[in-house]
Amino acid sequence: MTSNTKIELVCPAGSLPALKTAVDHGADCVYLGFKDATNARNFTGLNFDAKAMNEGVRYAHDRKRKVLLALNTYPQASNWSGWTAAVDRAADLGIDAIIVADPGLMAYAQKTHPQLRLHLSVQGSATSYEAINFYAERFDIQRAVLPRVLSLPQVEHVIANTQVEIEVFGFGGLCVMVEGRCALSAYATGESPNCNGACSPGKHVRWEQTPQGMETRLNGILIDRFDDGERAGYPTLCKGRFDVNGETYYAIEEPTSLNTLELLPELARAGVRAIKIEGRQRSPAYTGQVTRVWREALDRVMRDADSFTVQPAWIAELDKISEGRSHTLGAYYRPWK
Amino acid sequence: MNSMKIALGPLLYYWSRQATLDFYAQIAASPADIVYLGETVCSRRHELRHDDWLDVAAMLKAAGKEAILSSQSLIESESDLKALRRIVAQSDFRVEANDMSAVRLLTVAGRRDWVAGPTLNIFNPPTLSLMAESGATRWMAPPEMSGAVLAELLASGAPAIETEIMAWGRLPLAHSARCFTARHFNLQKDTCEFRCLDMQDGLALRTREGEAFLTLNGVQTQSARVHNLLADLPSTRQAAQVLRVSPQGENTVRVLELFRDALGGSISPQDAFRRSADWMVEAPCNGFWHGRPGVEQYVTT
Repeated sequence: MTSNTKIELVCPAGSLPALKTAVDHGADCVYLGFKDATNARNFTGLNFDAKAMNEGVRYAHDRKRKVLLALNTYPQASNWSGWTAAVDRAADLGIDAIIVADPGLMAYAQKTHPQLRLHLSVQGSATSYEAINFYAERFDIQRAVLPRVLSLPQVEHVIANTQVEIEVFGFGGLCVMVEGRCALSAYATGESPNCNGACSPGKHVRWEQTPQGMETRLNGILIDRFDDGERAGYPTLCKGRFDVNGETYYAIEEPTSLNTLELLPELARAGVRAIKIEGRQRSPAYTGQVTRVWREALDRVMRDADSFTVQPAWIAELDKISEGRSHTLGAYYRPWK
Repeated sequence: MNSMKIALGPLLYYWSRQATLDFYAQIAASPADIVYLGETVCSRRHELRHDDWLDVAAMLKAAGKEAILSSQSLIESESDLKALRRIVAQSDFRVEANDMSAVRLLTVAGRRDWVAGPTLNIFNPPTLSLMAESGATRWMAPPEMSGAVLAELLASGAPAIETEIMAWGRLPLAHSARCFTARHFNLQKDTCEFRCLDMQDGLALRTREGEAFLTLNGVQTQSARVHNLLADLPSTRQAAQVLRVSPQGENTVRVLELFRDALGGSISPQDAFRRSADWMVEAPCNGFWHGRPGVEQYVTT
């Protein structure tokens, strides 16, 4: 693979305004979800009804951009038909690909809509070429989104051993756990990314000013406590401060965002085919800012990967909208592990 | 009649070679019908190598147990795949597939006798059917699945393969590339000094008000509480044929005996639950089985 291979910029659209902003700022693809539990960002006030999606698809297609639909939660016997209906609607709406995690649903889509392109969601937890090739052989998936657990050499190794296009996360909120295999939220709140499309959901969150400081709780469980000078963050449960052996610290991960701008030349050389920006739950302004920076960076790297350098202005811009106002290379950088 | 089988899940912690061998010597004389073996959590754990696990499996088989080799849940490297291929290549023992990479390799090898493990995310009848068509003859429900959802799944045209559920132990809730035990000691995973060896039941994570919340076990995060379905045995019988007990530092055999006695009727489920208080490393929980937050201890009234 050469660095001239086209890398698609895949941007989040939690709403129609966000979709338009992403397209206007240079996204090659936008990804979105229906207003229900069929996708992993099932938050109040977010996502698309049929009318908005119709308009969004038209807006993107008129400008030669693609629309990907996340149907990446795991249906159960009682709600199975809701998920298959969502696949049918996606096909009717002219969606360019659906992003799916459940093998049963992939089988349905392949049988019912053989022309509909399938992407393996990060929620499918496929971290090796053997797993990815399983989905390719069974369901003819065209692309796989890698969980945020592999180091850069491991990503290269996967790409070298599969025909399936590989998409990786470039920026945004950082899942520390293997996506699709995390039941922490289910344990604390009864709602999980796998089944409900939500992690640490807002309706279980309580903010409380106490004499000890601002406390954030998830279903009553104390996730963190902030001194007056500290900025109190949302209680995502893996990003809280806990006590281990008498030491209080971010035992799992700090509130921080993934940012792989500096790895772009290497990701391009490795043959990555798409970079995903996390954040459908964020505002259209976020989508616009991050899309603009990444568009510029990607254009430069595709023009000349060897002379690519990260512009300080890009980092400054992205840190402003990062969780915890800081960033990390996550698992791409081995010592993070 | 009691047709329910008792399984001992794979050892999720990292114990010394001798402690591990001693443990399985005890298990040989325990009421477990099925024993899952092998390292499923961390590729750096090598107190027992592949051939050692085969020896343990053979010893347990000779003791009348069904021994099964469990595959690693998170596959990151080519050496992880190499270890997986060794497990699939042997034919003396069945294999528990804990990742789709294992499913692919088992299918390619033509195996028709494997177990679809709890991390495969089987949530509906079409997915379960796919696994059965691919050669799975038993599956384990994801621990977060409730009894009601499981019953619905089984009543909706699911294939007739054995169903196993998590019935005892700290719940495996998540896996990561990052090692949280190494992080606690300010070490990197690649030079972790194998600190997990010092903690037979993992490393306790508490909230800032001292409440036991999670357990750090290397790259795995578990619940602090012990998922305990002893009091719920009547409702498990309608759904599962196999109950899984997860190994713990002390008293695992006592727990297995308690399950045997409760299943055999010599002690009531409620009494078994009460007696199990002595064998739990933390407070009990059963919320997942009741479709509630897993951390809850839900009492049916």
